[in-house]
Amino acid sequence: MIQFKVNGQEKKFDGDPEMPLLWYLRDVAELSGTKFGCGMALCGACTVHQNGAAIRSCTTAMSEIGGTEITTIEGIAPMHPVQKAWMEIRVPQCGYCQTGQIMQAIAFLKDNKNPSDQDIDTAMSGNLCRCGTYQRIRAAIHQAAKHQATTHPTMKHPTMKHPAPKHPAAKHQAAKETT
Amino acid sequence: MKTIENVSLHVSRRGFLHGALASGVFVLSARLIPQPVWAAEAEAAAPPFQPSLWMSIASDGTVTIVAHRSEMGCGSRTALPLVVADELDADWSKVKIDQATGDPKYGDQDTDGSHSVRSSFDLMRQVGATGRVMLISAAAAQWKVSPKECTAESHFVVHRASGRKVGYGEVAAAAAKLPVPKKKDVPLKSRSQWRYIGKESNSLFDLPEMVTGKTIFGMDAAMPGMVYASVEHPPVLGQKIKSYDDKAALKVPGVQKTLTIDTFKPPHQFQPLGGVAVIADNTWAAFKGRKSLKVEWDSSPHSEYNSAPFRKTLAATSRKPGKVVRNVGDVDAEFAKGGKIIEAEYYTPHLAHVSMEPPVAVAEYRDGKVLAWAPTQNPQAVQETIASVLGIKKEDVTCHVTLLGGGFGRKSKPDQVAEAAVLSKQLGKPVKVVWTREDDIHCDFFHSVAAMYMKAAIGADGRPTAWLQRTVYPPIGSTFDISATYALDEMGLGWNNLPFDIPNHRAENGPADYHVRIGWLRSVANIYHAFAIHSFADELAHNANKDCVQYLLDLIGPPRIVPLEYKEEDADEKQRYPLDTARWRRVVEIAAEKSGWGKRPMGKGRGMGIAAHRSFLTYVATVVEVEVDGKGQVHIPGVWTALDAGTVVSPDNVRNQFEGAAVFGTSLALFGEITATNGAIDQSNFNNYQLARMNRAPRHVDVQIVKSEAPPAGVGEPGVPPFAPALYNAVFAATGKRVRELPLSKTKLV
Repeated sequence: MIQFKVNGQEKKFDGDPEMPLLWYLRDVAELSGTKFGCGMALCGACTVHQNGAAIRSCTTAMSEIGGTEITTIEGIAPMHPVQKAWMEIRVPQCGYCQTGQIMQAIAFLKDNKNPSDQDIDTAMSGNLCRCGTYQRIRAAIHQAAKHQATTHPTMKHPTMKHPAPKHPAAKHQAAKETT
Repeated sequence: MKTIENVSLHVSRRGFLHGALASGVFVLSARLIPQPVWAAEAEAAAPPFQPSLWMSIASDGTVTIVAHRSEMGCGSRTALPLVVADELDADWSKVKIDQATGDPKYGDQDTDGSHSVRSSFDLMRQVGATGRVMLISAAAAQWKVSPKECTAESHFVVHRASGRKVGYGEVAAAAAKLPVPKKKDVPLKSRSQWRYIGKESNSLFDLPEMVTGKTIFGMDAAMPGMVYASVEHPPVLGQKIKSYDDKAALKVPGVQKTLTIDTFKPPHQFQPLGGVAVIADNTWAAFKGRKSLKVEWDSSPHSEYNSAPFRKTLAATSRKPGKVVRNVGDVDAEFAKGGKIIEAEYYTPHLAHVSMEPPVAVAEYRDGKVLAWAPTQNPQAVQETIASVLGIKKEDVTCHVTLLGGGFGRKSKPDQVAEAAVLSKQLGKPVKVVWTREDDIHCDFFHSVAAMYMKAAIGADGRPTAWLQRTVYPPIGSTFDISATYALDEMGLGWNNLPFDIPNHRAENGPADYHVRIGWLRSVANIYHAFAIHSFADELAHNANKDCVQYLLDLIGPPRIVPLEYKEEDADEKQRYPLDTARWRRVVEIAAEKSGWGKRPMGKGRGMGIAAHRSFLTYVATVVEVEVDGKGQVHIPGVWTALDAGTVVSPDNVRNQFEGAAVFGTSLALFGEITATNGAIDQSNFNNYQLARMNRAPRHVDVQIVKSEAPPAGVGEPGVPPFAPALYNAVFAATGKRVRELPLSKTKLV
């Protein structure tokens, strides 16, 4: 029995210890914000935090997470300065890789409060974006660093232009949360 | 367990604009849709104007607008509702978007060809404006005043004379009882009245959920009681299962069983490839079980496909006369005169789409009907394909469209959705099919491999007096007709419509056989066509010892409308989108100016290159600056792109598209290459099919949008074609090395 925490909640797992954390999160814990992109730690779409450090959940076996704290994009609340910057810079196109990018950026900014372009490139080059939003990701990380320097990290949720959820499929998410 | 309700889009459930009234018909531009699906397209192409299909207003004022195009990152799902909301004078914060299921009543729903806004802009305006007129009429009737005295202002109808105003929600029920006005009685706003169209403040509707992980992509869709499937596909196109051993696979914890899927009967179209499916309790167990599967395959007519010899075949064909697709003057007579002749050959390999979300779908077959959730660019193709594969009616296939984790053309082919439906029918329960990255790369509908031959006769002034261009590649048509060897629609993608001002000009196409599935990838044949044309133009400029920008402007020639042969169905396009060289020249001039062309010292190992290409009716010029380091590695400090896409709905999103196109272009120019050995694809994941990462992508991309009141043109794809030739031309300027094949990683620069 493997015991660990996900987004602050105690969890237990007695399935296949070789199962990558990614598939535990998605198929068992039903936290779908963490994405599958390559299965080989080549793209970063599956990035989560283990004890605060960014890891690739697609190559982290369940046997490796006992006693640790896992944080996924769903556990980043209230809205983080990085997410706020992502909205201000309007980074996403399709959005699929962005949760992994954001998790990578959050962990990176904890260690480097005022990164250079070079620092950002080094930290973020493990995260692929096929839509090609790198220029905006770099700008958003600089902006988030500024936000972090001037505001409390748990800032208020910025004004959203739209009520959520809106996508028809999102209805099932809302229904799920109440059952 | 996550569940998806059988959500149907009751777009008129709240009442408002109801009743079908055939008062208007919109016409589709012709696009790259191959013949076998034309029938469905034609049927879907001209629905009656029915505003209630598109929009409803609830009594609380919530406006629900239907998006009939998929969101794969280009912004269509936001742009079209924005246009409706603008003409409706709706408050965007009170707008909800419902994603349309696949249904011919929405007309064509294929999100491809960079034509979502172009094809639906006028219709969406009409829908919104019709709603506005009806709301005003209803309020005016209540107030017993003339509608002409009333205005619509941000979700309210206002009667200024009396100071009265009423919210849209309060007057919606009354408006719903009114007849739908005729088109002539529905005035559209003037441009100066637009509140959303063209505004910098527009952002993606789904942005907040995208940054918090709440969006539902195909990968996130689920149905109650579903099982997970991973399919071992034949490594070579068309192979069938000879035998298979699943004993070890069945021992993997969580694996339930294995099932087979029949190999398609040619042509493959969008049918499943066939193979052995491992059914499991979760995705991981299905993947793991598959690794223990042993499958023997029979032979295929494509088992002899090897990229190196195939390249030689293509090149040899490109040196022989082909089918003439455009002819101006007489190139042969001009070549026969002798004088200076320049020839060059170019080569571009297959590419794979590799959207970040691999192909995935959930489907349930029950009582002769299929319900599917899929990240698809074309839910109607899902209906068609599943209906055809299972022998049911397409009306009995419901396809819900999730967000797409990238598409780039791959996700207009729904083979993986059909796999889920086929497996569900066998199992009697919903099935989620998840492709691995390896599946995605091995079994893509590949961007075609191409060889181009170029020849020019050069006059005394250094300009070409004759220009021959010949292109050869397995055509997309082979996906629908196994005997197809010549290109069809691809010819319109930057080949038979090159407006260079050359008195003798001939464009040709030679035949080639297919051996893998060929499909369209972001900007399609424009990629290799632009690569050859603009590399060659640059070669001629250097040969003439002329400035490359000035030489390009001279080739484009004076401002004029260039006459082109159009197919009958493209009459609308011809009228609305004439090929205007003034617009082409302008983007060249802007890109050159912004880049500081000719004004900045480049120094050793640095250089700039330019290319300008019109695709999807948008004019684009791109300047790329490169720095080639001592190890021969190429860095891209700057890219300057200027574009004229006519009327633009969301400028910031358009800039994002072109910034992304520079990265997409970098990937294919520096790294992109898919090869086959004995019919099987050699690449498998991002380690051997590399994409540009942040540290190799352009450091700075500047995008200039030409202000234009012309009809909207494409924005998702047109940024890609000029990038590779501009980069290669920059490499020549930096190093003196002329490289004539993609990708650059195959050539040692130092």
